[in-house]
Amino acid sequence: MTSKLRDPRLYQILVLTSLFVYGVVRLDLEVKALQAAALLATVLVTQYACTRLWHLPAFDPKSALISGLSLCLLLRTNLLLLGIAAAVATIAGKFLLHWRGKHVFNPTNFGIVAMMLATGGKVWVSPGQWGSVAVFAFLVACLGGLVVNRAARSDVTYAFLASYLGVVFGRALWLGQPMTIPLHQLASGAFLIFTFFMISDPRTTPDSRAGRILFALLVALGAGFVHFVLYRPNGLILSLFFLSPAVPLIDALLPGDRYTWKRPAAGRIEPSPSEPSLLPERRFA
Amino acid sequence: MKRLRTLILCVVALVVAVLTARNALAFCGFYVAKADTKIFNQASRVVLVRDGDRTVLTMANDFKGNPKEFAVVIPVPTVLQREQIHVAETALLDHLDAYSAPRLVEYFDGNPCQMVERMPMSAAPSSADKSAAGGAAAQRARGLGVTIEATYTVGEYDILILSAKQSDGLETWLTESGYRIPPGASRVLGSYIKQDMKFFVAKVNLKEQAKLGFTFLRPIQVAYESPKFMLPIRLGMVNANGKQELFIYALTRKGRVETTNYRTVKLPSDTEVPLFVKDDFANVYKALFSRQVEKEGGRAVFLEYAWDMAWCDPCAADPLTSSELRQLGVFWAENDGGQPSRRPSGGTPQNVFLTRLHVRYDGEHFPEDLVFQETGDRENFQGRYILRHAWTGSDRCEAADAYRRELPQRYETQAQSLASLTGWDIQKIRGRMNLKASTPVPSEDEPWWKSIWKD
Repeated sequence: MTSKLRDPRLYQILVLTSLFVYGVVRLDLEVKALQAAALLATVLVTQYACTRLWHLPAFDPKSALISGLSLCLLLRTNLLLLGIAAAVATIAGKFLLHWRGKHVFNPTNFGIVAMMLATGGKVWVSPGQWGSVAVFAFLVACLGGLVVNRAARSDVTYAFLASYLGVVFGRALWLGQPMTIPLHQLASGAFLIFTFFMISDPRTTPDSRAGRILFALLVALGAGFVHFVLYRPNGLILSLFFLSPAVPLIDALLPGDRYTWKRPAAGRIEPSPSEPSLLPERRFA
Repeated sequence: MKRLRTLILCVVALVVAVLTARNALAFCGFYVAKADTKIFNQASRVVLVRDGDRTVLTMANDFKGNPKEFAVVIPVPTVLQREQIHVAETALLDHLDAYSAPRLVEYFDGNPCQMVERMPMSAAPSSADKSAAGGAAAQRARGLGVTIEATYTVGEYDILILSAKQSDGLETWLTESGYRIPPGASRVLGSYIKQDMKFFVAKVNLKEQAKLGFTFLRPIQVAYESPKFMLPIRLGMVNANGKQELFIYALTRKGRVETTNYRTVKLPSDTEVPLFVKDDFANVYKALFSRQVEKEGGRAVFLEYAWDMAWCDPCAADPLTSSELRQLGVFWAENDGGQPSRRPSGGTPQNVFLTRLHVRYDGEHFPEDLVFQETGDRENFQGRYILRHAWTGSDRCEAADAYRRELPQRYETQAQSLASLTGWDIQKIRGRMNLKASTPVPSEDEPWWKSIWKD
């Protein structure tokens, strides 16, 4: 029981579900019920199918649910089939694209960006669709999550936050812009989902702390490059997508312990008593 | 209730042009008066044509002052050649405005006793001094770190393209050249200079204007290629008095355009409203828009129309022809290409998708320039409000009785909808609806048998 509660993914599912419900009810995020249901069902079915195909000992829906909820929040398309394809790509991608037992891409990131690039814009992300109230509440929930979970590998989130804030505020200072501009740029739900649910994914970040900090810095610089040099939207997810293949290289240069959900490799959390029991199944999921 | 819906006898779309406040209009840049006249920016209309990095920007204003005092400074991403600048006809924007304006549609209920359904009828539209770039001036400009990249006279405008190294140099140069720079502009100019933006400065050439015979200022168009899909609104806020209105008409190939750094919200639509709205739609729409701005905390951009340019339904005005589209800068539209139609089946595709955005902004709620993205969304949307005339006949039958019983509830719902849309007092709305007078009640004097064999 204790070990179950310690799984940070339960908290993540709770936060994402609340945000999703708020988004649909209050913000009119244009997520159709049918699409949301299709996305969630597809990720779960794909996860189940892959579990059987790869002969994993047990079906664990938690990671797939997090991916599905993130897709519901971020992915936009008029064509339900493309949404379903993205959901399949999200889950199947992590089983197919791996390197020495580790996913190459964050699943949601891969699903969205691959579909965006493959469909020539029929799938898109609407980064501006968040009110400041939602963003503030969400930020509190995300930070709360860091505290509650004393989190496993939250160093990558901290490092990314510091680097990206540096990029955004640094640019504003250089341009002589009032601070309301960078603050406005950061008040985005998509930015928070990215910071607390995507780049923080311990299954795709480098193994060593130094590696993770380096990776976070690179992603922040890449996002700044896309936004402020190329003037393209979706800098964060594009940057993560194109830098993810560099993780094996960073791991080779700066080796460290592999992460499993039940046993934080770096962090001050005390080891959970029942940790080893679920280890093997977490290999790809 | 279901049966009643089928009794809608005919549909006449009555389109009322929305009167947008157009006392004085602001560009994305700011006005700089030559004399000490206070000019306030209130609203402006911008057409953004975009495909890939190719952009054509048309900026229209409703400047009502003395043309001698008109001058505008707009940050642009590149130095523009003479052929990249053009002056358009205001009628083009008026047409685009009428085509995409929020609309009122009118339905007439039929005789519930007859159960006849007719096809909708066709829609009826209603509403709808010389350049300062002399030799000495150029030298002075260079001394201030300002480079006059080009000077042109296009139509009734004298145009300068400036680049600058420092904002105070640019500010000094503009002031020395007789432009009135609002206090606080320097800092904003500086941030654009660092982003390597150039400055498009236009004022009216009175001689040319007299020669051309225009009494109003026509929209300025610029064509450029840049990854920046944005509108610089920060300069315009420097000398603005309160909130400004901006209408953005984006013409793209793929689909709807939205802002990536502000919420883009659909205007509430498809709501039945009381009949008196017909004579007061401009005020209703203004109140409705203000209410929605308030509901979003003043921080949202509103979607008023998103439609494939090949058709419309109902049409507030005819879709633009490919020739008009080309004049607006839709470079991919064929001159002899698709003919738009008022009907879904009649139009041939023009590959042009129109997004109409409406934003009311000020520095506090919109700190940053508007940044856009084109999405793959081709779903149609229009701001549409419905008038439904009750059937007033005196026939008696079970359906008619049921119909009459439901009318008061319908009126009440309409009153509540309008109150919720506009924030107006529900009692006043009920008063204006004159509910009792307009409810057709079966006449008590009429003998019951009169309606038996009526055809």
